[in-house]
Amino acid sequence: MSTINSTNKNGNTSSNKEWKQLEKPKTGSWTVKGGLAQMLKGGVIMDVVTSEHAKIAEDAGAVAVMALERVPADIRADGGVARMSDPELISGIINSVSIPVMAKCRIGHFVEAQILESLGVDYADESEVLTEADTKHHINKWNFKMPFVCGARNLGEALRRIGEGAAMIRTKGEAGTGDVVQAVSHARSVLGHIQKITIMSEEELMTEAKNIGAPYELLIEIKRSGKLPVVNFAAGGIATPADAALMMQLGVDGVFVGSGIFKSGNPAKRAEAIVKATTHYNDPSILAEVSKGLGEAMVGINVSTIPEDSRLEIRGS
Amino acid sequence: MKLGVLALQGDFKEHVKSFSQLGIDTLEIRNPEELSNLNGLVIPGGESTTITKLIDIYGFRDAILKSVKQGMNIWGTCAGMIVVSKRLTDPYPNPLGLIDIEVSRNWYGSQINSFEVAIPFKELGPKVFPGIFIRAPYISSVDESNKSIKVLARLSDGTPVAIIQKHKNHKILVTSFHPELTDDLRVHQYFVKMTE
Repeated sequence: MSTINSTNKNGNTSSNKEWKQLEKPKTGSWTVKGGLAQMLKGGVIMDVVTSEHAKIAEDAGAVAVMALERVPADIRADGGVARMSDPELISGIINSVSIPVMAKCRIGHFVEAQILESLGVDYADESEVLTEADTKHHINKWNFKMPFVCGARNLGEALRRIGEGAAMIRTKGEAGTGDVVQAVSHARSVLGHIQKITIMSEEELMTEAKNIGAPYELLIEIKRSGKLPVVNFAAGGIATPADAALMMQLGVDGVFVGSGIFKSGNPAKRAEAIVKATTHYNDPSILAEVSKGLGEAMVGINVSTIPEDSRLEIRGS
Repeated sequence: MKLGVLALQGDFKEHVKSFSQLGIDTLEIRNPEELSNLNGLVIPGGESTTITKLIDIYGFRDAILKSVKQGMNIWGTCAGMIVVSKRLTDPYPNPLGLIDIEVSRNWYGSQINSFEVAIPFKELGPKVFPGIFIRAPYISSVDESNKSIKVLARLSDGTPVAIIQKHKNHKILVTSFHPELTDDLRVHQYFVKMTE
């Protein structure tokens, strides 16, 4: 297959022969997991904490919502242990909108993921924004029919997550700050590294796989295709239409906006402006137009003032 | 022949790539003025609420209807099918009403019910077509006695999944699945032929 990578976990590629056998519908396959991420491309996924927020996000043109109990800015301010949201809240949000609903579980907390799957969540985010449940292992995402998105700061981390079964990757950024600097750094790191892989010789790939701790087969595939084998979004610190367009111009497929919308002065207007900016990311006159009169952006925290060991992005690697 | 893919949101790049594998250049359409002189427009998979909202914000609704009247053909895949349909069983979004079918969004349930299945597609030859259905819409009503409408493919339970309607000077094709996510180019080829 050309556009969705159809390599399964054993590294086999599906052939026309398999299609002939596929007379009964098959669910939970790698193709359909990655397929939903393909449909989200060029779109904005918004963090919401209530059904009312979810409705505002849908009306503003969000392609999906991320259901959570507190936005990252509040998780950061409140401290304590951050966990999967109350299933009642998640179900309420699923029932209130027609667009896909995502929800977060803790890194390594496969039971929270099982619960999300049973609720009918469309995508799980195994997220560093919540407190880690396992400091050494991520969830074996191949065990689920529900697809997963995971955060990554660099190519090695992205490919380890894909190796574990993640069907979509996002930059980690530094959630809850409104400071885009880390999202930029992570996107540049992943996309720049892909460029380097494409010009490496075959002999170099095994050493590179060892050095960055990535599955060798995925590096071979990146060399062949010149891109990440799954859809790649930006997340963490995106607060303005210009931030969203910046990430799109850097080469990501779409954006997550967390605290940036519902921590701002006029959420509905800002949400719509970010949707427009993500479509017309290459048109400065439209970007200028949509950036006018949006009211207060979220106040924000300069990431450089957060001690390194207190940053969310270092969770899971 | 000039083909375009509506590039407001969704997997438009996959369509562009499929056509380029057939040796055909397509335009990514982001502004209504770019529709002029197009012979065919693809409305891709994506989120139908988002695509419809952007269609209305940027003045595409009238522009598409006008181009269709002048002979532009359209192919809608999944969300694109929702956008061009006549009626939805949901209260929103507001479709363009270009093909006489009624569609139910997300009929199969949430993402874990998304599926792959082989589809017999007679017009494309004896080989089955790889059907990828992502939170797929369901064609809940189609008037098959209408001679301008032809069901091109069905699932084994009889559900229509590909339909063409021939109007006086243009044709509208819809598929509830995603040929652009496969390396099988036959539906893209079909659209090119019907547009030529």
